[in-house]
Amino acid sequence: MTSVSVRDLSLNFGAVTVLDKLNLDIDHGEFLVLLGSSGCGKSTLLNCIAGLLDVSDGQIFIKDRNVTWEEPKDRGIGMVFQSYALYPQMTVERNLSFGLQVAKIPQPEIDKRVKRAAAILQIEALLKRKPSELSGGQRQRVAIGRALVRDVDVFLFDEPLSNLDAKLRSELRVEIKRLHQSLKNTMIYVTHDQIEALTLADRIAVMKSGVIQQLADPMTIYNAPENLFVAGFIGSPSMNFFRGDVEAKDGRSFVRVDGVAFDVTAYPARTKLQPGQKVVLGLRPEHVRVDEASEGHEMHQAVVDIEEPMGADNLLWLRLAGQSMSVRIAGQRRYPPGSTVRLSFDMAVASIFDAVSENRL
Amino acid sequence: MDNMFASNNTLTAYEKETRRIEAGPSGRKPRRRLSRRNIIVYGTLIVVALYYLLPLYVMIVTSLKGMPEIRVGNIFAPPLEITFEPWVKAWAEACTGLNCDGLSRGFWNSVRITVPSVIISIAVASVNGYALANWRFKGAELFFTILVVGAFIPYQVMIYPIVIVLREMGVYGTLTGLVIVHTIFGMPILTLLFRNYFAGLPEELFKAARVDGAGFWTIYFKIMLPMSLPIFVVAMILQVTGIWNDFLFGVVFTRPEYYPMTVQLNNIVNSVQGVKEYNVNMAATILTGAVPLVVYFVSGRLFVRGIAAGAVKG
Repeated sequence: MTSVSVRDLSLNFGAVTVLDKLNLDIDHGEFLVLLGSSGCGKSTLLNCIAGLLDVSDGQIFIKDRNVTWEEPKDRGIGMVFQSYALYPQMTVERNLSFGLQVAKIPQPEIDKRVKRAAAILQIEALLKRKPSELSGGQRQRVAIGRALVRDVDVFLFDEPLSNLDAKLRSELRVEIKRLHQSLKNTMIYVTHDQIEALTLADRIAVMKSGVIQQLADPMTIYNAPENLFVAGFIGSPSMNFFRGDVEAKDGRSFVRVDGVAFDVTAYPARTKLQPGQKVVLGLRPEHVRVDEASEGHEMHQAVVDIEEPMGADNLLWLRLAGQSMSVRIAGQRRYPPGSTVRLSFDMAVASIFDAVSENRL
Repeated sequence: MDNMFASNNTLTAYEKETRRIEAGPSGRKPRRRLSRRNIIVYGTLIVVALYYLLPLYVMIVTSLKGMPEIRVGNIFAPPLEITFEPWVKAWAEACTGLNCDGLSRGFWNSVRITVPSVIISIAVASVNGYALANWRFKGAELFFTILVVGAFIPYQVMIYPIVIVLREMGVYGTLTGLVIVHTIFGMPILTLLFRNYFAGLPEELFKAARVDGAGFWTIYFKIMLPMSLPIFVVAMILQVTGIWNDFLFGVVFTRPEYYPMTVQLNNIVNSVQGVKEYNVNMAATILTGAVPLVVYFVSGRLFVRGIAAGAVKG
C-alpha cells in the first residue's frame, strides 16, 4: 500500500521550472530520504507534498486520497523544519498543543497527546519553558514533538539536523531512526548530508536539478550508482574516476588510461563493453587493495603523495595514471609520503560509466 | 594533571611557570578619563547639545516671565519673578476669533483626531503588511507597487479631489472625515513598514503555523502579533507625532470648532490684534509640542524593551 504518491508533478516559478513531471511512490512505513545539493528541488518537492507550495501540474496522493489542492492541515502530515520554527512567545507545552487547539480537539485529549509526545521525546521537564531557554537539540526535539502530537501518518523533515553541531547531529540522527522504528510512520526526509541519508533511509532518492537521478536502497546507491552524478555525489572522499578507452586482448577487457591498463574482465557489465568505447572507470577508495598479494589481480605501482591519518582509517593520496587518487586503508597501516605502494583493484565492485551518456554500463 | 605525580624537580619548574604568568598584567584594563580623544568627543557633543537646547531654554524662561520683564529684553536671563500666569492663560483663556477658552479645546480636538487615526491606520496597515508579506496573493506585487508610489505623491496634489470625495460621502468638515484622511495617508509608509518587518520574520514559522492548521486571522493574532511589538511601537511613534503635528489637513478638512491644537496655536500666535504676549505664545507652543515629546520619552524606552523581548534566535 502506498502512503504517499506523486504523479507527474511539475512546478514552475514564472519561467523557471523547478520540478518537471516528477513521479514518486512511497510505501507505508517507509523512510525515504531526498538527497541532493542545494537548489536541486528537494525542499521544493517536500513543500509541495506538505501543501505549502501550489503545484503547477500533476497530482499528490496521501493514503490513496487525492490531496493536490487540500490545505496542509487536511493532508495528515506533520512537518519539522530546519530552523525549528517554534513559536517564540509560547511555552513548549503551548507549542505542542497549538495545532490541536486550532483544530478544537477537547482539552483532555490534548493533554494526553502532549504528555505522550513529551514522554517519547523525553522533554517532560521542559514543558513550561520558552523556546529561547532551550538548547538547539532540545528545540529540535520540541519541533519533532509538534509533528508527533498531530497523530499523522506522514512525517516530513526539512533538513532537521542542519542547524546542529556535529555531535548533536549524530545523536539526534540515532533518535530519529529509533523514533521511526517504534512509530513505523512514513517519513520523508530532506537532507544534503549523505551520511544522514545512508544511515537513516530505507530508500534514497538522489536529486539533481529537479530530476530524481536514482531511487534505491542505500547500499545499491553506494555500490551501484546509476550514473556519474550519483557516483560522485555519494561517498566521502568521493569515488576515483579514470577516463579511458576500452581495449580487448586475449579474451580479457581492459580500460586504458594514460598508459595504464586496468583489467576489467571481472566487472559485471550490463552490456558488453565495446573495444574503443570511451568510458569512465570509478573506484571507491576502500575498494583498492594496497600491498596485498592477490591471485588473478594485476598490480599497479604508485607513489604516496599525502597521508591523512583519521584514527580508524588512513587515507592515502596517490598518483596513478597521471592523476590523483585516494585510497582508504586500516588506520594502523602507515605510509610516509614518497613511499611506493603496489595496488590491486576489485573490479567486481567497481563502476563503469559511458563517457558520453554518463550512465552505468 | 601529570604534575601531581611528577618528581620534585618538575614540580618546581611547574611552579616557576605559574609565577611567571601571575606576574603579568591582571584585572581591569587601565583607562585614562581625560584623554585627548575623550575631550574632543565629549566637547563636541556638549556644544552641539547646548546649541539645540538653547531655543527650548529661551522658550521655557520666557514663558515663566511677566510681560514687563520680557520688555526689558534679556531673553537669556532667567526669570526674576516666576509666574505661571501665561501657562494658565494659554491653556484656558487665550482667544482665537470669538472663542476665548484657550488651547484646551484644540487639545481635546487633537486627541479625538489622533487616537482613532492612529489605531485604525495601524490596524489596517499591519494586516495589509502581513497579507503582502506572507500570503502572496495574485496581484500582490502590483498592489504593493501602487501603495509605495502613493508614498511619493505630494499631499497638496490630492487635497482638492479628497475634499470632493469627503463632501460626496457627507463627512466633509467633520472629525470622521479627518480621521479617514489621516488613515489613508498613513497607509503607504505604514504598510511598507509592516510588510518589511513581517517579511523579515522566519518564513518557516508561518509554514509551521499553516501545517498546524491556523488560518489567516489565527496566524495574525496568535503568531505574528505577539512577535511584532517593536514594529507596532515604531508605527505608533510615527503616527502619533505625524498626526499630532499635522497642520495642513487639520485646516483644510475641518471646521473651526474642530480645529486641532496646531491650527489653534497658529491662530493664537498669529493674531494681529492687541499686544503680542510672548510669554503666552511660548507657553502655548510648549504645550502643543509636549505630546509628541512625551510619546518619544515614554515609548522610546518601551521600544528598546520591545526589541530585547522579541529577540529570539532561531
